[in-house]
Amino acid sequence: MKTLLFQTLSKRNRLLILGVGLILVSVFLIPIWSISISAPQYPEGLGMQIWINKITGATPYDLKNINLLNHYIGMQEIISESIPELLFMPYVLGYLIFGAFITELYPKVGMAILGIINLIIVGLVGLSDFWRWEYNYGHNLNPDAPIIIEGMAYQPPLLGCKVMLNITACSYPSYGGVILGLSLVTLVYILWDENRRKKSNVH
Amino acid sequence: MNKKSNLILIILGVTLFSLIPNCKKGASTATLASDAASRVYVAPGEKDEVYAFLSGGFSGQMSVYGIPSARLFKIIPVFSVFPENGYGFDEETKDMLKTTHGYVPWDDSHHVEASMTDGKQDGRWMFLNANNTPRLARIDLKSFETKEILEIPNTAGNHASPFATENTEYLMAATRFSVPVPQASVAIDSFSKGGFKGTVTMVKVDKNTGRLSIELQVLVPGFNYDLSHCGKKKSHDWCFFSSYNSEQAHKMLEVGASKKDKDFILAFNWVRAKECKDQGKAYNFGGDYVNNFHDENKPAVSTRLSGVKMLNPKDCPGMMYYMPTPKSPHGTDVDSTGEYIVGGGKLASVIPVHSFSKMIEVKDKKEHHSTEIEGIPVLKYESTLAGEVQKPCLGPLHTEFDGQGYAYTSCFVSSEVVKWKLGTWEVVQHLPAYYSVGHLSIVGGSSTEPYGKYLIAMNKITKDRYLPVGMELPQSAQLYDISSGKAELLSDFPTVGEPHYSQMIPAKLLMDKTAKLYPLEENKHPYATKSENEAKIVRLGSTIHIYMTAIRSHFKPDIIEAKTGETLYFHVTNLEQDYDIPHGFAIGGAPNMTNLLIMPGETRTFKWVAPKPGIYPFYCTDFCSALHQEMQQYIRVSP
Repeated sequence: MKTLLFQTLSKRNRLLILGVGLILVSVFLIPIWSISISAPQYPEGLGMQIWINKITGATPYDLKNINLLNHYIGMQEIISESIPELLFMPYVLGYLIFGAFITELYPKVGMAILGIINLIIVGLVGLSDFWRWEYNYGHNLNPDAPIIIEGMAYQPPLLGCKVMLNITACSYPSYGGVILGLSLVTLVYILWDENRRKKSNVH
Repeated sequence: MNKKSNLILIILGVTLFSLIPNCKKGASTATLASDAASRVYVAPGEKDEVYAFLSGGFSGQMSVYGIPSARLFKIIPVFSVFPENGYGFDEETKDMLKTTHGYVPWDDSHHVEASMTDGKQDGRWMFLNANNTPRLARIDLKSFETKEILEIPNTAGNHASPFATENTEYLMAATRFSVPVPQASVAIDSFSKGGFKGTVTMVKVDKNTGRLSIELQVLVPGFNYDLSHCGKKKSHDWCFFSSYNSEQAHKMLEVGASKKDKDFILAFNWVRAKECKDQGKAYNFGGDYVNNFHDENKPAVSTRLSGVKMLNPKDCPGMMYYMPTPKSPHGTDVDSTGEYIVGGGKLASVIPVHSFSKMIEVKDKKEHHSTEIEGIPVLKYESTLAGEVQKPCLGPLHTEFDGQGYAYTSCFVSSEVVKWKLGTWEVVQHLPAYYSVGHLSIVGGSSTEPYGKYLIAMNKITKDRYLPVGMELPQSAQLYDISSGKAELLSDFPTVGEPHYSQMIPAKLLMDKTAKLYPLEENKHPYATKSENEAKIVRLGSTIHIYMTAIRSHFKPDIIEAKTGETLYFHVTNLEQDYDIPHGFAIGGAPNMTNLLIMPGETRTFKWVAPKPGIYPFYCTDFCSALHQEMQQYIRVSP
């Protein structure tokens, strides 16, 4: 195990890690997650996109219109400023990218494993935080809301689709989320490849 | 044309009918498509293939229909007030209906013209004329709203208008009723002595903004100028105006103006006219007029202007020629190639077709001139004639083209549309119309590239076609499929007002260009309120400005206090940025003001003078949400 941790990455795997670092930079520029909603009065749908540092509508007006719909059921207004996670998420991403570049200077399998652990932690914490955020928005309703339906909560799904009143909400990773996932898959592949290389060296 | 003159024409028609016994046989060749219902059926959720813009005649408006379903989509107020959305009433749009005669909240709108680039419809603007109080309007096809109205001075009865040149460089506007120019109180019989004049006005269209301005007027002999169409391709430089009453009769025109065997189509070289103006041959002339411009989401600005450049034909040789045309020509229509100019002699027994090439060839050769009228050479009829369609029908009026070498002429007296071939001048089909067809329109039929699939005939009378609804029955349009060799009647549908002309545009050219909202950040209205935090009430003496917002499902501020006699301006901004979510605004018992229908992101102003003490409700009139009914509040008026 120890030998694997300190095994120097192959040239190809070093390049792959450099690639992961570079492609992660693009996550600053594209949304990570997207929630789309459709209803009879919105045949073209409304969309909300979660970026590393902000929340926007799929069109310049969607977020405003989602908030307009939400106010009937007493949901808080969704605005980027009210979500503190968005303040430090860019640093977390920066840390991951920094890690990838450090690996170029110190190209050991252990660094790849650290990257895997980091990505899994970021993913798990991120998803649980996202769930908590959705839960709060969906449950923490204004008691003076115009429409109150006993027992009804409006928590959007973490992944997949859900029907709430007349609205179908779907939640899926967006391009940025896919890139994060691909980065994890790439690192796992590197680990598997290095492990195989180690075994073949032993023989 | 009103119904009394229709009756007179019918009587005249009967007379003509006895003179042309063989003419009517063709009506029996009309076909009714056996599967017509399925061909006009547009299933729920599907969209029509074509937009049809119909003038509203005496309604002063323009209506938008879907073709082939013939469903009415919208009425666009142009020259008439419109209580549905406050057009002509509110502080933003009331100046649109200002004229030198004061506020004229109605007109008689006859002709719709589409803006064109290279002779093809470009889907930017529609233009509409006002016949009664001479005006010309530009309707924007992004918002489907009237953006500009220009009054035409030194004219009366702006009928031959607003016909566009090939690139919409200019719109033409010509006198229907000749009058003394400048206006004066003279003996009416001086008309017969040449005391009355007509004018042809060139209205310039700015190619980027669409803004209208008067370039030039040409003083022409006092006939009645009826209709126009401009040339295309080789005839690009020319526009053609039909005229009647070259007899210059001033009373009992039905007889007096129908004496001569031929009246004229006036060929007008507008490029030459501009040249003469630039050479300083036009002189300064009086004439007050008004230009009203309604910029995006701002109050309309009405500007009073004075004076035009006037040109006499004798000072600009080569600019105008008269082509004799039988008999009292109404329509003058140029085919898609720009070669043929078809006259619709409403009392004629033939459809005369002039050749543009021939006209160019002979126009300056003395042997082809018969005489000259006030500096305008009169060419010989035979010299410009390409051919005549013999005994086509009774009362031919207007002609449109399908781009396949066929022309379609509406015939008022015999109530039919005749299809005939350009070049051979043979009638190939008679299509009955129910009844008394005036204009007709083919999709793109006046452009260089007709989309020759549908034709509509616009009829004046509908006896027996619809359930009776009192003494006046609706006017109607009839839809024909002309895509195959034999035109087929598909449906008929009632229309708003009496449509005179229409332009039809393929839907794919327009549907994706429509604006969905006014972006709030671009709202430049001086009284805009862009967020609820900015909503406020400002008192200036006895005037109260209420900066009000409307969003689902409330107004802010929602409690208003005023004293009897104070003037309140409700500047309501619709904060929505969602498609198809206007809010309404109305106050109970408000005199002189109707409803406002405020588009998303738009600001409009409701003026109200506080009446006797009491509580006055105001509310949203457009069902906007589940809590629409709660979108209401009160004004308290104290002594």
